[in-house]
Amino acid sequence: MAQVQLRKVSKSYDQHVQAVKAVDLDIADEEFVVLVGPSGCGKTTTLRMIAGLEEITDGEISIGGEVVNDVPPRDRDIAMVFQNYALYPHMTVFDNMAFGLKLRKFPRSEIKQRVDEAARILDIGTLLERKPKALSGGQRQRVAMGRAIVRHPKVFLFDEPLSNLDAKLRVQMRTEIKKVHQAVRTTTVYVTHDQVEAMTLADRVVVMNNGVIEQVGPPQELYHSPVTRFVAGFIGSPAMNFIPCRVEGSGNELALRLTDQLSLPVPPSLADRYGAYRNREVVLGLRPEHLTELKDGGKPNVARFDAKLDVTEPMGMEIVVHFRINGTALCGRVDPSVRAEAGEVLPMSADLNHMHLIDPDTGRVV
Amino acid sequence: MSGAAIAAGRVGGRRQRRPSVKRERRWALWGSYVALVVFAIGFLIPPYFELVTALKTSQEIGSGRNPWFDAHPYFGNFIEIVENPVFQTFFFNTVKVTIVVVAITLVMAILAAYALARMRFFGSQTFATGVFLTYLVPESLLFIPLFKVLAFLHLINNTWCLALIWPTLSVPFCTWIMIGYFSSIPKELDEAAMIDGASHLQMLWKIFIPVALPGIIAATIFAFTVCWGDFLYPLAYLFTGKEMVLTAGIVSDLIHGDVLDWGHIMAANIVASAPPVIIYAFLMDYYIAGLTAGATKG
Repeated sequence: MAQVQLRKVSKSYDQHVQAVKAVDLDIADEEFVVLVGPSGCGKTTTLRMIAGLEEITDGEISIGGEVVNDVPPRDRDIAMVFQNYALYPHMTVFDNMAFGLKLRKFPRSEIKQRVDEAARILDIGTLLERKPKALSGGQRQRVAMGRAIVRHPKVFLFDEPLSNLDAKLRVQMRTEIKKVHQAVRTTTVYVTHDQVEAMTLADRVVVMNNGVIEQVGPPQELYHSPVTRFVAGFIGSPAMNFIPCRVEGSGNELALRLTDQLSLPVPPSLADRYGAYRNREVVLGLRPEHLTELKDGGKPNVARFDAKLDVTEPMGMEIVVHFRINGTALCGRVDPSVRAEAGEVLPMSADLNHMHLIDPDTGRVV
Repeated sequence: MSGAAIAAGRVGGRRQRRPSVKRERRWALWGSYVALVVFAIGFLIPPYFELVTALKTSQEIGSGRNPWFDAHPYFGNFIEIVENPVFQTFFFNTVKVTIVVVAITLVMAILAAYALARMRFFGSQTFATGVFLTYLVPESLLFIPLFKVLAFLHLINNTWCLALIWPTLSVPFCTWIMIGYFSSIPKELDEAAMIDGASHLQMLWKIFIPVALPGIIAATIFAFTVCWGDFLYPLAYLFTGKEMVLTAGIVSDLIHGDVLDWGHIMAANIVASAPPVIIYAFLMDYYIAGLTAGATKG
């Protein structure tokens, strides 16, 4: 068990492309941290640097208090699960899991005991004599995890382990990974581009973009209190709506002018926070669940407007509606009992108690 | 097509022929079969002629009647050749040098290919191309300088000189085959092995070699064929029957004076060709898999 620390870690290729830029990150013992971000954001490079598969251009990585910059992967006491499983095709499941232990000259009895224990945790006891080609995608992924578990490493590293699985299996394996972590409590760094995976698995989520960390925090914090426009837009599905607007009004009576005809009053409790932005152009960030159908006797401080629906997506438990305000495409969530059809005008409400204002110059949430 | 054109077609009573995938495929198949049959006949005529001649007595061959068919096969040529101590010497010389060269080739090619395919170092790409370029230099250009080298080493007319010379033919191409095969193995496999604690040699021995077995078999077959069938080097460097190998020995030592003993020569050729044919027949699938690996990135 160990902490992982990254201090100003950078990675450049050919001295031109900087994949990771001075990343600082502290991962606590037994913590499950997920690195998430779009393709090319540097999350996999960061993971590979922790694993020792990529050299660090600058900075310092330590595992369990020991700086490992120049330590080869095999001596870092880590285990990694790859996107394409990377099982040895000529070995049985047992041999795949035992390979690392055999190389480290563990006694045969201990190897068997550890493999059996991992097989029990992962429910793959009946597959031990099979070769990888005789396994399904989900089973292969379990074996790959088993290979990591038997080593009892200081840190587990997962590189998009569920990307090759179909949607249903992915959800199932997500739960399995969480169960395994609860069972073995090993420090885990997990890379994914899927924000749902990140939110459901992580103790803390690290959102990366363009080689830098945008925000680190527990999933709920990231969802409710994003610090940048990128995080606000990346976390949550459907994504947060961003509407250019102008802050108007005086004293405690602020309003957001979206169009000539549409002005939404800011709740008085937030007037203090946003007062400094009076008469300035800003971007309003509002999640789809806060743009809903107008309800009688609904919450106070809710702004009302009419929306002409472009597209409706019935999801069963809700209907996702798409409409435009002043040319900006927006998305809302309405109750399935509401008659929401494309082309119709629906009275909507915007719950500005949950609004975020973004400074368009800095891209940071105010 | 315009309405007028359709009307004109109907008036003329003819239906427009549109290209159909099925019809095109049929034509392509016919073309392929014709080409393959011509190709196969062209390549099979010499061995067939060889076999028919080997099954004839010297009188039948000398008479020149019906060279393409033999109603009463005569196996005497084969029996005499197999029992001939000179031929046996050629055969065993060929076997022992070939085995040694195949072993040398595999060790060198596998180690070189692993380094060139997997260990990134300055100039590795240029090295890989350079290895292949050496394969393109023809034997006929090399045999005179190599003669000087062998003479310097006092290895002229010594069977083992071929163990030094033949790897120059087999190693470059086998290395190329193995580079292709090793490159087709996913990078994550060696990364997983590296994290599991394997050194480079362990990775090669426990992961790459077992996974690349089809490629290794292909390289083995290639090295074997190159050595077994090489004619120029043995002809240039070996003189006496005791040191001779099959290819050069059959045409030099089986000729008695000015008389060409065609029956024995042909029978010797057939017997000498048997090992490669048998090996190809059993390992053809591995050979093709090995040669085509790396052609497409999986």
